[in-house]
Amino acid sequence: MFIDIIDLMILLDRVTKTYNKSMGSALDRVSLHVEPKEFIIVVGQSGAGKTTLLRLLTREEKPTSGKIIVGGVDYDKLKDKDVPLLRRKIGVVFQDFKLLPNRTVYENIAFALEIVGMGKREIQHTIPKVLDIVNLKGKEKYMPLELSGGERQRVAIARAIVRQPKILIADEPTGNLDPKHAWDVIKVLEKINRFGTTVLLTTHNQDIVNRLKRRVVTLQHGRISSDRANAEYKL
Amino acid sequence: MRKIITLERIIRAGIINFIRNLSLGAAAMAIMTVTLTIILFSLVASAAFNHSITQLTDKLDVSVYLNDSVTQGQLNGFLAELRTQPNVKSATYYSKTQDLAQAEAQNAGNKTLLEGISETGNVIPAKIQIEPVDPNKIEEIKNFLDKPTSEALEDSQTPTSYSGDEKTAIDEIAHATDIIREAGVVAVIVFALISMLIIFNTIRMAIFNRRDEIGIMRLLGANPWFIRGPFVVESVLYGVISALISVLIIDTLFAGSANALQASSLGLLDIGYANYFFKSHFWLLLLLQLVLGILIGAVSSIVATRRYLKLKSSK
Repeated sequence: MFIDIIDLMILLDRVTKTYNKSMGSALDRVSLHVEPKEFIIVVGQSGAGKTTLLRLLTREEKPTSGKIIVGGVDYDKLKDKDVPLLRRKIGVVFQDFKLLPNRTVYENIAFALEIVGMGKREIQHTIPKVLDIVNLKGKEKYMPLELSGGERQRVAIARAIVRQPKILIADEPTGNLDPKHAWDVIKVLEKINRFGTTVLLTTHNQDIVNRLKRRVVTLQHGRISSDRANAEYKL
Repeated sequence: MRKIITLERIIRAGIINFIRNLSLGAAAMAIMTVTLTIILFSLVASAAFNHSITQLTDKLDVSVYLNDSVTQGQLNGFLAELRTQPNVKSATYYSKTQDLAQAEAQNAGNKTLLEGISETGNVIPAKIQIEPVDPNKIEEIKNFLDKPTSEALEDSQTPTSYSGDEKTAIDEIAHATDIIREAGVVAVIVFALISMLIIFNTIRMAIFNRRDEIGIMRLLGANPWFIRGPFVVESVLYGVISALISVLIIDTLFAGSANALQASSLGLLDIGYANYFFKSHFWLLLLLQLVLGILIGAVSSIVATRRYLKLKSSK
């Protein structure tokens, strides 16, 4: 099969990650191709290797063997000093939000732009647009603790997408949320995907997987046990 | 443009951290102030000691007394030969008449002595006063003067004067000030190390307090220097403030004691000169203190962030 890797958003080729030899591999020869603009859901029990997979994609870990190319960047050729540049191209959302507690919603999002050296005016111009996408207009001056869990997660999403990454990685973004708020977050992710961003979502939530009807990749003991389009939740 | 904006943000974050962290930073600044004050005091005191010693050693010379039978030709030859000696800065001839006048002037109050001189005729021999280049190598001149050819011209009654006793005393003083100076250097090094350690700990605590924020910055793709910069700015501020305080302390110390004691010197430490030296080199000393303070702050914070920030991006 011929694959033009330039056209792929994510390419994993026989990626293995072993933390400790006596414990076996967290990921065992995992190969995965993700097209641009795709919405892919990764499911799997705790310890199946979901977190390891995401940490490899954000280059928090290096694979023991195998090849990773994301958005045209070959991780084998990526120098340590260029890792910050890679991370600016990947938006990441976490289960525990990771917002700065003593900064307002506006400041939290602005933070992501200050890091890349964007000027104050440009920041003022950009933030209202993303707040609109995540349906948080008017909440600029709130502190994270004054918001509900779902709102906080949408602030985190706004921060992740404000730099217009090609890929948005969402690691159990609904893990701490009740079903209504969880669905608000998922709807925002779908909206972002419609705008053209590749979304990689990991979740435990069976209901969400079933309603989304997207490509589902199942991880089991560090291996991909199934990879189906328009799929339902199955372990 | 982006770099300037980023630099501005790093500096602003550093100043904000400095203000928030003031109670912790106070300890770092206190010890840095002590260090810088010791350095400045050592510098000024050392200049004052040197000044005193130079003044004393300038007075060291060698006087050779000639017998009355020396002819003008012999004198000229001897002077010429003396002046070729490497350690001779100058050799000046004083005739018997000049010497008498000098003796009379020096003993103007002592009538009996003056009368004695005039009664017995001029017994004061002519002399050559030799100023050495290096007072520590007066031996070389002594060796030359002790040669038989030289001794033939010298007055056997009046031995050559080497300011010998004074020299020994001055040597002892110089030795003592050397020891004081060495102790000062040791104290400076010890205190500089202690202040670096305290800055280390201050930054370590600050990093610990902000570890969540730092982790988020890393995940969002912040450059190591964007994370590290504010800590360095904060420590440099400690250095600048400590330098200013140390200059203020030394200024109060010397100017204050010079006025209060109404004394120009405390033993060898010439307060008047120290005060003068400090005032005349004020800007240079201020600059030096600032540079030292900034250096201590920057070096210790760079090392501390390197150790505790775990900026390796593969982690």
